[in-house]
Amino acid sequence: MDIILHKISLLMYAFATVGFLLYLGHQKEFLSRAGSWLTGIGFVVQSLFLVVRGVKAGHHPISNLFEALNFFAWSIVCAYFILQYRFRIKVLGALVLPIAIVLMTISLTLDTTIAPLIPALQSNWLGIHTTLAFLGNAFFVVAFAGSVLYLVQERQLKNRHLGSLFHRLPSLDVLDRLQYRSLTIGFPLMTFGIITGAIWGASAWGSYWSWDPKETWSLITWFIYAALLHARLTIGWRGRKAAWLSIVGFGAILFTFLGVNLILGGLHSYN
Amino acid sequence: MEILVLGLNHKSAPLHIREKVAFPENEIAGPLRAVNSLDGIKENLIVSTCNRVEIVLAAEDKGAVEVLKEFLAEHHGVDRGELDPHLYLHIGGEAVRHLYRVASGLDSLVLGEPQILGQVKDAFEYARDAGTLGLILNRLLKKTFSVAKSVRTDTGIARSAVSVSYAAVELAKKIFGETEGRTAMIIGAGEMGELALKHLVSSGIKEVFVANRTFEKAVALAQQFGGSAIKYEDLLDQLLITDIVISSTGAPHVIIHADDIRKLMGRRKYQPMFFIDIAVPRDIDAAVNDIDNAYLYNVDDLQAVVADNVKGREKEAEKAEAMVGKEVATFQKWVSSLQVVPTIVALRGKMERIRAAETEKALGRLPHLSDKDRQQVKALTTAIVNKILHRPQAVLKEASHTEDAGLYLEVTRKMFDLPDTPEEGAENNGNERTQKD
Repeated sequence: MDIILHKISLLMYAFATVGFLLYLGHQKEFLSRAGSWLTGIGFVVQSLFLVVRGVKAGHHPISNLFEALNFFAWSIVCAYFILQYRFRIKVLGALVLPIAIVLMTISLTLDTTIAPLIPALQSNWLGIHTTLAFLGNAFFVVAFAGSVLYLVQERQLKNRHLGSLFHRLPSLDVLDRLQYRSLTIGFPLMTFGIITGAIWGASAWGSYWSWDPKETWSLITWFIYAALLHARLTIGWRGRKAAWLSIVGFGAILFTFLGVNLILGGLHSYN
Repeated sequence: MEILVLGLNHKSAPLHIREKVAFPENEIAGPLRAVNSLDGIKENLIVSTCNRVEIVLAAEDKGAVEVLKEFLAEHHGVDRGELDPHLYLHIGGEAVRHLYRVASGLDSLVLGEPQILGQVKDAFEYARDAGTLGLILNRLLKKTFSVAKSVRTDTGIARSAVSVSYAAVELAKKIFGETEGRTAMIIGAGEMGELALKHLVSSGIKEVFVANRTFEKAVALAQQFGGSAIKYEDLLDQLLITDIVISSTGAPHVIIHADDIRKLMGRRKYQPMFFIDIAVPRDIDAAVNDIDNAYLYNVDDLQAVVADNVKGREKEAEKAEAMVGKEVATFQKWVSSLQVVPTIVALRGKMERIRAAETEKALGRLPHLSDKDRQQVKALTTAIVNKILHRPQAVLKEASHTEDAGLYLEVTRKMFDLPDTPEEGAENNGNERTQKD
């Protein structure tokens, strides 16, 4: 039952992406509207999927990589909707949704059974810590999408070659503000994610910080975004440089999320 | 009933002819009523702008055109010989297509320009107020507005700027988002620069600075734009709070150097800057474009943007023509569904076939009847059919002039199982029947 819900939401996101891509090509209003509705339906179904998983397991659905990937995908779409409410960038979905789709597709190749939670993780902190960390990262993913669009648009303006995308992409100003807004929401979430993790670590293992690979890489990611936010706020960094740094940050997120789990292992691996 | 468009436009007639034939907006009710009272003309609408005069008619037949031309010549005091070569006439489907194209900006001097739609809407209101619109033109114009609207939203025909000064505004909007709250500076004077500034100001620029080697000139221009004049020596300092720079001085050398801007950027906290260099020789160091968050366009760049946009509009126009074509066919179908005569002919034909067949059958069973009797029987059946059809025919003819015409015809066709599109009328109307005379 839960896997069917998973597949339905994946299908909805896929259709939505097609809608957004067609909108990019044809500029028909209804295509972007259809894309938004399909994304919304997919999001509701995916929420339902996570609830079903959670109820069945009796804990926050994040006990294995399959669930983690899906929870991350859900967080990204959630962040997308929150930012879209403010910015309404019609082509953003064409870039954000594929990321969620890739995560969900990878998850399908994994073990989908509901695993019992090892005793060390049986705590309310699990839900709080992971939700904060995942949502924080999700906002950074949207910032990444905005940064990519920014760089495309900036290139066209600098080269004075205005391709067919020029009219379809929003202004540099809007894309830059999207990135900034994503950071100002995502950064506190991630910070609290790390803090709650430390508190939980202290109560569960007796130490706030244990240099577990995921902790280390999260810290690296945190520093990248801290530097970006700092540079933006103090010396007024913006535009191309900020966009590139946000893309570097996205690389760090990917590695923290997948690389650490698949290569480095440690306390946070879902095994 | 035939839809006709008689008109002339910037392509078919020079300005001195268009001037003569134009109808002043505020006194158009008179001509509208006069045209409507002409022989054979049932409905009419007049679109009169500086680029075109279009008279749209719903008339009994083509003959109305001659009368209308006579009226035009007389009304405007122009010789037929002078007027006729510049007039074009579109008939039926081509008339519908022409109106759709005009309202969508496909027939305009600047492809896709938006004003013409407003002008057609005004023309519609004048005609409605003058009472010269009926069933057909009412429907045609409403359809025209919806076609023009979808052409506008579903194709990119009106999307991009096709003049240098608008291209500058378009670029500014892609850099700054809304231009509201931004500041602009114009250095030097010149028509193109001032035009660009004017467009920027009307798009919401907050503050305008004017710099000129001659301070008095700066003051004069600043007054014109409600901006402030600045001393030429203070130009660089002022750039600190300027977002958009339009430069068109006659200086023989570069007046804004990349190094100055580079130094400025940190102090500006990397707020983007947009430089428009209209001067020849150039005023602004080309290397400015290499600085992060600074964008430099010279006059050639802007012209290249415009050329691209024009090409883009032409490409979009093909899509628009296809959309228009489809809509013309739909409208033609509706018009032909209004054709009462073919329906009546079809109805009579069907009754006659039934009557003939049944009479033959009955007479076959009555071989003892004399020829005279047989004639009598035939006359009887014919009389019955005629009597029965008399009233329906009259009702249909009456209904053809009302809103419900389509409904009456549809019901009739359904009740008597007549073919959906009457063979006459429908076939011919859609064909190419444009002629220029």
